[in-house]
Amino acid sequence: MGEFKVHRVRFFDYMPSGIRALAFNGDTERMAVARMDGSVEIFHCSDRFFQEKIIPGREQCGIEGLSWVGERLFSAGLNGGITEYDLTNQKVKYTIDAYGGPIWTITGNQQGTHLAVGCEDGTVKLFEVNEDKIQFERNLDRQKSRIVSLSWHTSGSKIAAGMMDMIQIFNVETGHSIHRMLADRGVGTSRSKECVVWSVVYLSDGTIVSGDSVGMVKLWDDQTGTLIKSHNVTKCDVLALSVSQNEDSLVAGTSEGTVVQFQFVSMVLGKDDKEWVRTRTFKNHTHDIRAVAEITTAVVSGGMDAQLVVKPLLDKIEVRSAASALRKIHFPHRRLVFCARNSGLMLFQYPGHLELWRLGESEGKGIPGSSLFVKRNPEKLLHLKVKGEDHIRCSAVSPCGEWIVYSTASSLRLYRLHCDNNNVSITKISKLPKVLSSANQLCFSSDSSHLFSASTQSSVHIVSLSQSGCKFVGTLKPKSGSHQAIHLLAASEDGEWLASANSDHEVHIYNLQTRKAHCTVPVYSSAVTAMGIHPTTNCLFMMYADQQMCEYSIEQKQYTDWSRTVQRKGLHRLWMERDTPCLNVMFNPQNPSHVILHDTYMLCIIDQSLPLPDDKTQFYNQLTLKSLTEDQRKSHSHAFKVCKTFKDILCVELISDQSLVVVERPLEDVATQLPAPIKQKKFAT
Amino acid sequence: FRFVLCTSGDSVKVYSTRTEEWLHSLQGHTNQVTGIALNRANHLQVYSCSADGTVKLWDFIDGILIKTFIIGYPLFAIYVSEKHDGIVFLHIAMDTDSKNECFQLVAVHLPKSAEQEVEAKELSAVSSRISPNPSCTAFGREGQYIAFARHLQLNVYFFRKQKTYSFSLKATDKKGAKNAFTCIACHPADDCIATGHEDGKIRLWRNFIHTKEYTYSTQHWHHNAVNTLCFTPEGTNLLSGGIESVLVQWQYGAGNRKEFLPRLGGSILHVSTSSDGQLFCTSHSDNKITVIESSFKVCGVIQGLVKGDAVLTDLMIDPRSKALVLNGKPGHLQFYSLMRDKHLYNLDIVQQEYIYEAGLDQFEVVKAAFDINGYWLATVEERGQKSSDLEFVLKLWAYDERTQSFVLNTTITAAHTDRIISMCFSSSEETTMLVTTAEDGQFKAWCQGADADTQQDQSFWSCEFVGSYHNLKPTNCSFSADSSLLAVNFQEVITIWSPDTWELLTTLCQPPGVVRDLCFGRLSCSKYLIATTTRNLLCCWNLLTCALEWSTSVEVSKLQPDPLSENVAAFSYQSKHTDLFVFKPSEPRPLFTHKNMCSEKIHRAVFVPREEPLNNCDESSQWLNRSQLYFLTQNMDLLTFSTATEEDRMLSSSKRLVIDDSVAVTPFYLLLGKHRQQQQKLNTPSHPAADKPQQPQGSVTITELLHTPAHVLPAASVLCSMLVSSLLISNTGVRKDPLREMESSEQEMNSEKEEEHSEEEMEACDSQQELRAQGSVDEVTPKLSKAQERELKRIRKTDFSWMTGLIDSKP
Repeated sequence: MGEFKVHRVRFFDYMPSGIRALAFNGDTERMAVARMDGSVEIFHCSDRFFQEKIIPGREQCGIEGLSWVGERLFSAGLNGGITEYDLTNQKVKYTIDAYGGPIWTITGNQQGTHLAVGCEDGTVKLFEVNEDKIQFERNLDRQKSRIVSLSWHTSGSKIAAGMMDMIQIFNVETGHSIHRMLADRGVGTSRSKECVVWSVVYLSDGTIVSGDSVGMVKLWDDQTGTLIKSHNVTKCDVLALSVSQNEDSLVAGTSEGTVVQFQFVSMVLGKDDKEWVRTRTFKNHTHDIRAVAEITTAVVSGGMDAQLVVKPLLDKIEVRSAASALRKIHFPHRRLVFCARNSGLMLFQYPGHLELWRLGESEGKGIPGSSLFVKRNPEKLLHLKVKGEDHIRCSAVSPCGEWIVYSTASSLRLYRLHCDNNNVSITKISKLPKVLSSANQLCFSSDSSHLFSASTQSSVHIVSLSQSGCKFVGTLKPKSGSHQAIHLLAASEDGEWLASANSDHEVHIYNLQTRKAHCTVPVYSSAVTAMGIHPTTNCLFMMYADQQMCEYSIEQKQYTDWSRTVQRKGLHRLWMERDTPCLNVMFNPQNPSHVILHDTYMLCIIDQSLPLPDDKTQFYNQLTLKSLTEDQRKSHSHAFKVCKTFKDILCVELISDQSLVVVERPLEDVATQLPAPIKQKKFAT
Repeated sequence: FRFVLCTSGDSVKVYSTRTEEWLHSLQGHTNQVTGIALNRANHLQVYSCSADGTVKLWDFIDGILIKTFIIGYPLFAIYVSEKHDGIVFLHIAMDTDSKNECFQLVAVHLPKSAEQEVEAKELSAVSSRISPNPSCTAFGREGQYIAFARHLQLNVYFFRKQKTYSFSLKATDKKGAKNAFTCIACHPADDCIATGHEDGKIRLWRNFIHTKEYTYSTQHWHHNAVNTLCFTPEGTNLLSGGIESVLVQWQYGAGNRKEFLPRLGGSILHVSTSSDGQLFCTSHSDNKITVIESSFKVCGVIQGLVKGDAVLTDLMIDPRSKALVLNGKPGHLQFYSLMRDKHLYNLDIVQQEYIYEAGLDQFEVVKAAFDINGYWLATVEERGQKSSDLEFVLKLWAYDERTQSFVLNTTITAAHTDRIISMCFSSSEETTMLVTTAEDGQFKAWCQGADADTQQDQSFWSCEFVGSYHNLKPTNCSFSADSSLLAVNFQEVITIWSPDTWELLTTLCQPPGVVRDLCFGRLSCSKYLIATTTRNLLCCWNLLTCALEWSTSVEVSKLQPDPLSENVAAFSYQSKHTDLFVFKPSEPRPLFTHKNMCSEKIHRAVFVPREEPLNNCDESSQWLNRSQLYFLTQNMDLLTFSTATEEDRMLSSSKRLVIDDSVAVTPFYLLLGKHRQQQQKLNTPSHPAADKPQQPQGSVTITELLHTPAHVLPAASVLCSMLVSSLLISNTGVRKDPLREMESSEQEMNSEKEEEHSEEEMEACDSQQELRAQGSVDEVTPKLSKAQERELKRIRKTDFSWMTGLIDSKP
């Protein structure tokens, strides 16, 4: 399978940002996730939770709530504004100020006509959702304390608001409060502290569920305004609540990192008198859970420890499969590391800055598996801070290492890097063509002569680069007329082809000579997570979120025979059960039949000349092969060679001197940089 | 007016919850009673099942056997439900081979017939997936379903649908949970099953008519296996208990809100609630029943002889209270009144909190001794028997007249450099002296003396003399009756010291064999010293001549002198059974011999002085006139010898409440009348006054009347005739009036017949009882002793004259 020198890089201090809010759209099966740094991500729940879209955040933009209205996504934050997102172009559409101070919560009614926001000044503000904008309608009766949580009744005529020490029910028509329900403060020393009702859920049968800072989940009757039942869930806070769509299950996220499930169960079997009963407890988080969402078959939770946990509910799953396994999403499904293949430079993309590193050098050769002596330490060449408040959306470094480009939501900047010995300097290319105002994805041609910038409406702009500057060459437009943003670009080695993949799962191939669309790969139901064009055969190799793989011959405009064989025979069960998508496709220049893939947990080389494994063969067979003789080895080997030496891989890249760069970000390191969790007494400690 | 019932050996005991008094026991089973269940149709009746293959229905208030159903298989548990009238559910072994734990649950239709004894042969199997643990089966709401668990599987069987739903747990998970089921309880009103697990978790299962959409919630407080679970009758609370000896009350439906009742004693084995939920009852591994009010306050303790892990101290008699003293609760000495069969109090020796957790090395009382007046108590506590670093403390306790208990006087932390083997007080009245021997090769004499430094009235104990002999290890020490001599044996050699001058007077030696036990004779035989060796030799020296008086080859495991007579009891363990010899040191011929008394080795025995000496002329039982011999087997059963007349008296007093006035003298009575006298009941606790012999004329009945709690007395009209008759026939108190004997005779006949032919089975049922550590939580002493007694008696009747010849032939 070939030997590689590996640069094991662990100096990329990427810190995922904590999760602040979740919003699930049942119709499109999309989960919107808001993080502490203000970014919003869209996950596709039925496509193995692939991170389809990322809308980068801004400085000083703390999102507190997310809400879907139909297919439109709104957020509100402590800066006092309500933001609507343009999901096709993956950017902020507009922000309007609610004029009520910081907003703690936002929620839309089921009819999709109104948004309600809870403000610091104690007002619940109603906004009418229009075709293209939202319009302030009126305030409900102003309260003394801030509105922390809101929930609409399904009818849209009543709204429950969680506040400090109490819950209020408002009649939306009149704007007056119907009931005031006082939440008890804690006992002892916490009696002097206010009880914050962090979350309320208004059920269609008139029950209001509240989670508060005392650690109680309380059930209230909205007719009488009385407490029906209270469950002491934790000693700390109950921060989030979510109810399933058919309202038979409720989950509560606590600051201890536990998710507690309640179920609406009939107390006497076969009869209808149901009650909410506390049932299961899941503990998958180490830190506060700030948001939970119960989707059809799973409980999704996220919190301060920055991981998105998808815990399947086994009682709601028909067939147990890889798609229904416990899933923990730590890292974005996008590349954050870029390599200048020919010059040994690495570009690390942080939200607010870029870092350029030169790889270290080592001495001589060692036996496989041993670590080599480092002759020259890796070196940080550049720390490039972003101008403005926007965070970086995408970036790239040219293969020669001469050009660096990054784009935020509002601007695109291209830099030229001068690197003579130890002196590193950059110059900003000042005169950029107008089309390069912003990009969804950036890519350099393999000879570093052109920059491809994915723009709105799935179009790609080509800019030629030269010593003097850059020049707009032309725009590639797809025939399909899709408006979705491109999230992947792949240019061929010979500079003839360019492939682009967008969120509609479309993959377009362009001929760079004629600058025309060449063909479109048949649309597959799952999203493309990585793709690459083979340097010799010019076949496009694509990895999908459901772990399928395809090879498409660009010249013949059809799937290759190997790809058809894969489709026919199917992939091995263990391959399909992996729970992170492949993030990069590379080709071994020394052996054209080798395709190198990686996901978060493994590195894999697919040898297309070897037979495919079926479900009966041993998938991880390297150890077995080692013990066999040369002859037997042939009969036992199959196409997949998996290397699990590395963990928590962010990126693997092949550079020109036949060495691999493996960028790891160990989760333990991430955990140490997180704030301290709530101290809990453990038995026998 | 409430009762608590518990199984005890082959009977069911009925206690009053108000007074904690033992009222009566339901006797009739011939083997261990394995389960009891109240009859749902009649709340005054109770079913009991036994390993003898019968189910009996009792009226537990009057203690009358109503019916006997013969099933024919050994039964291991019984369940009833109100929905299934006339049906009981029983655990029976699948195989006759009881070694493989294969049990099945069967429903038995109890035939309705007027006869006393009915054969119930209508068995229908419900399930064979039954755990041997009876608490792993429970009836659900209104008897609609039955839930039972075995290992990792919970099964729920619905009677109407005739369908079983099964739910399995994984054996272990990543967090190391042990998920095996240990007990089950079903909510009385809701469809909710509570299960206890090996790792202390409690799961509440719901929605269990769906194989997939079932759900459960988990609570975890116990750190070790949950032994028992019980819902209160209203279903508002769930009670659980385990080894922690903390009763936990979980509020149903309120998550983890719970209340605790800690420090209840031994680990909790069972919890049950009264039908109105006012009282809870827990039974403990240390032979105790605690009655708890629903407000979570302990309102009564029914304590038997505390059963600790082991009895390390000797059996002793507190000279003041005449109570039996031995290890009780961990770190305590228990004082137990044998006269009233009642636990008096625990004396905390270690004075440290005991932690109920397996595998901890904690201080244990290993030695204790009283001085002759009962003014001083010496104790030794030890820790680290298993590990090398031994810690031990010698403590001396003085009796405080004011508080009527022992008060710590002196604590000696390093009395010896190694483990203390034995200790004894001098028996003289004037000066009290304690001698301890230890493995470090020394014996020390401790005396009470005023400490010059402290200048206080109180005097403390200090070491007076340290003695050793050729660096040999001393094992036993003993003072002569007048305390003029101290005998300490150093392996083979017995040394005689004068405690006044600490002069080595003489040495006695009879090799080979290390001396195992030694004692001085009493009263007229105080010139004799008796010792046993490991080489099966019982020697008697005359101390006046310092010569061996006699010796005989007998393997003796325990030598026990009677303080009130010359007699010495020797327990001999040979070929897997224990024989008892009682002899006077002056003559090598035993007064009394009892072969094959029990199958275990006897290490602890004590003579308990009688309050009133008996005037027994019977040759064989004369030695019991002044005191009674109690001994403890390795199974922790306390047995005793008693005489025929005593039994007679006890029997009649305990049976007087049986109401049946129309029984004529039947031929059976003539046959069994004599026999009945042999049946004895050890220790009738509720009628201590009746034990006194030589009452003034006919007042036995009156005292009985007066001493019996009013709530257990029959109606006055019934008593009236008894009273009158007792006044009419005024004879000696020992003789009972015939009328009353007749009254009780019929009741006796049943039980006696059964007991007769059960004698052979006794041995078998004992082992079974150990095997199945369930059900019987109360002491098993009375049953065993009774069985033994009667065996003794039978043997006593046979001629043992050949034995004397055997013993005489020894030098």
